Amino acid sequence: MPKGQTPSQTVGPFFAYGLTPRQYGYPFASIAGAEVAAPDADGEHVRIEGRVLDGAGEPVPDAMIEIWQADASGRYAHPADPRGSNASFRGFGRVGTGTDAQCRYWFTTVKPGAVDGAQAPHINVIVFMRGLLSHVYTRIYFEDEAEANARDPVLATVPAERRDTLLARRIALPGGTTYRFDIHMQGPMETVFFDV
Amino acid sequence: MPYTARDWDSHPPLVSPDYKSTVARGPTRPLVPLPQGLSELTGPVFGHDSIGPLDHDLTRNGVRNGEPLGERIVVTGRVLDDRGRPIPSTLVEIWQCNSAGRYNHAADQHDAPLDPNFLGGGRCITDDAGQYRFYTIKPAAYPWGNHHNAWRPAHIHLSLFGNSMASRLVTQFYFPGDPLLPLDPIFNSVPAGARERLIADFSIDVTEPGFALGYVFDIVLRGPDATPMEA
Repeated sequence: MPKGQTPSQTVGPFFAYGLTPRQYGYPFASIAGAEVAAPDADGEHVRIEGRVLDGAGEPVPDAMIEIWQADASGRYAHPADPRGSNASFRGFGRVGTGTDAQCRYWFTTVKPGAVDGAQAPHINVIVFMRGLLSHVYTRIYFEDEAEANARDPVLATVPAERRDTLLARRIALPGGTTYRFDIHMQGPMETVFFDV
Repeated sequence: MPYTARDWDSHPPLVSPDYKSTVARGPTRPLVPLPQGLSELTGPVFGHDSIGPLDHDLTRNGVRNGEPLGERIVVTGRVLDDRGRPIPSTLVEIWQCNSAGRYNHAADQHDAPLDPNFLGGGRCITDDAGQYRFYTIKPAAYPWGNHHNAWRPAHIHLSLFGNSMASRLVTQFYFPGDPLLPLDPIFNSVPAGARERLIADFSIDVTEPGFALGYVFDIVLRGPDATPMEA
């Protein structure tokens, strides 16, 4: 018997003590945080960071970003992945933009491998915030995977002039590699959001 | 197996001008359809080991020197997919303001008292029948800046994953008979005919004698688009 989906509502401004308590200093454990891969996980260790910008170009200080990704060999830590789980890799992170002076989110992780023969390496992103009534999905692709990106069937469905909004910029720093990925909710650079 | 589509007749639009913050924050270009693959049909798995023993009991998990003030309630219900199948072993997270309408958050400037014995956050994992259960304090209405004399109806925020990223849901549920509901632009952002699903039912059967009133709120997430028999 089909049942109507429970409608979405905004996460609101005060999610921190429920969803990201450790990051914001509340006395409550967190189920996930900025560490997506443990320091001993296989693969190239990278930092992913960026800001969420509203239609006026202002950084959003009360957004929450979740990411879900495959490990360095392209496996997801989930029973639906037929290749079996990688116990040392979780692949999920959750961070609010309210504890950084520049309103950045950040994750420490490993660069994901390709999940199948066709798709380029990518990280799945969900965006929540006050003023967003239904969460939106996007993907982080990597600018230094040009060849794989050119063959990616999802990127191929995105109008060519908007594909850049899905590319993280590689910044090599003395401490390691950072990928920068800003999320533009609106405006000429509006990020591509997917209907999943 | 692909999941059912997000039913946009059940969910609010991304820009809903009566809720003013959506105007500069909701995407304005059409969403790009994404065929579901492993990236969408997997998601984080949370086991019972990710839950503390008091995480489901908000009347006790923030206690410092006494009991929180307010009306104790039980909130329970089933998590189902949209074919009516229960979703066992899935994480349910909640957060809410206290019985005075104040959130335990530095950005909440509402001039109502904090309760030193109430944190307002909780979580649990559904059982084999998809059932979840929380003990908490009934939240109160509070004013907000959306428009003149704007008040949010009492509500509890919920966050769920289901079995994949495609079934992710963050929502709020409300209490029956609240006179603020027809005035609330966030509740009203949901299409008519679907918004009533966000109102919990009072239940005398769930009510615990001498202890707490009971409310039932079932949650329906997207699920696999066919029964295993059809696959």
